[in-house]
Amino acid sequence: MSTLLGLGNHGGFILAAYGLTLLVVAGLVGWILVDHREQKRALADLERRGIGRRSRPQGRGEAA
Amino acid sequence: MALIDLANPTRFIALVERVLPVLVALSIGFIALGLYQAFFVAPEDYQQGDTVRIMFIHVPAAWLSLFCWSMMSVSALGTLVWRHPLSDVAAKAAVPIGAAFTFVCLVTGSLWGKPMWGTWWMWDARLTSVLVLFIMYLGLAALWSTIEDPIRAGKAAAILTLVGFVNIPIIKFSVDWWNTLHQPASVFRAGGPTIHSSILWPLLIMAIGFTFLFTTLHLLAMRNEILRRRLRTLRMMEAARSDSSVATTTTAAPSTAKLGAAIEAGAE
Repeated sequence: MSTLLGLGNHGGFILAAYGLTLLVVAGLVGWILVDHREQKRALADLERRGIGRRSRPQGRGEAA
Repeated sequence: MALIDLANPTRFIALVERVLPVLVALSIGFIALGLYQAFFVAPEDYQQGDTVRIMFIHVPAAWLSLFCWSMMSVSALGTLVWRHPLSDVAAKAAVPIGAAFTFVCLVTGSLWGKPMWGTWWMWDARLTSVLVLFIMYLGLAALWSTIEDPIRAGKAAAILTLVGFVNIPIIKFSVDWWNTLHQPASVFRAGGPTIHSSILWPLLIMAIGFTFLFTTLHLLAMRNEILRRRLRTLRMMEAARSDSSVATTTTAAPSTAKLGAAIEAGAE
C-alpha cells in the first residue's frame, strides 16, 4: 500500500476516504432519482384511472 | 415571483425545475475545481504529509452535517410557529442527506485518525458529539417513518429537531470546552484562519461545491416529498370516492344493500 498513486505511505487511507464519499453521494443521487421515478409512475397510474388533481369528487347525485 | 408564492408546492416544483441545471453545473464545477486543487495544487502538510488531503472532504462533510441540522431547526420553527406548508417537507427531505454527510464525516475522520493518531476511534468530546448527531438523524428518520400522518409526524419531528439543536453548539465548541484529541477550530475562529492559503482555498472551494451539492439534493428530495404527499392525498380521495359510491348504491337501490354490505365486509 506504500506510495499508492504517489500519495505517500497512507495512500490507501486517502483513496478509501474519497472512494467512500463517492459511493455515499452516488447512493444518495441514485436513491433520489429512483424515488422520483416511482412517485411519477404512481401519480400517472392514478391519473389513468381518473383520479387526478383536477378531477372532481363524485357526488352522490352523480353516482346515482 | 414573491417569496410567499413558493409556499405553493406547484410553483415550488416549477422553480426547482428551472434552477436545477444551474445548481448541478455549479456543484460539478466547484467540486471538480476543488478536487484538482486538492490533489495537484495544495502541498503536503509538513507534519501530516498527504493525509491532509482527506481534510478536503472531511471538513465540508462536517460543516454540512451541522448546517443541515441548523436548517432543519429553522424549518421546525416554520412548522410549529408559522405552519408554513413547505417547512416539514424541507425538514423531512433533509434528514437522509444530513445523515449521509454525517456518516461521511465520521468515516473519513476515522480514516484520517488511524494514520495520524494511531487509532480509528476515541471517545473524545468532538467525535462523540458528532456520533450523537448521527444517531439523532437516524432517530428522526425512524420517527418520520413511524407516524403515518405527515402533519402529526411533522410536529413531532419539529420538536425533536429543536431539542436536538442543543447539540450543534456543543459540537462546535467541544474542542474549546474540553481537552480533546481533535484539533481546535482553524478556519472559523476569532483571530482568522490558521491554515495557509495554499490549503485554505481548495478547502473553501470544496466546501462551496459540497454546499451546492447539498442544495441540489435537498431540492430534488423536497420535490419527491411533495409528489409523495400529492399521491397520498389522491389515494385518500380515491378511497373516499369508492366509499361514497358504495354508500350511494346502498341508499339508492335497497335491493342491492346486501351486495354493498358484502363488499364492505369483504374489504374488512
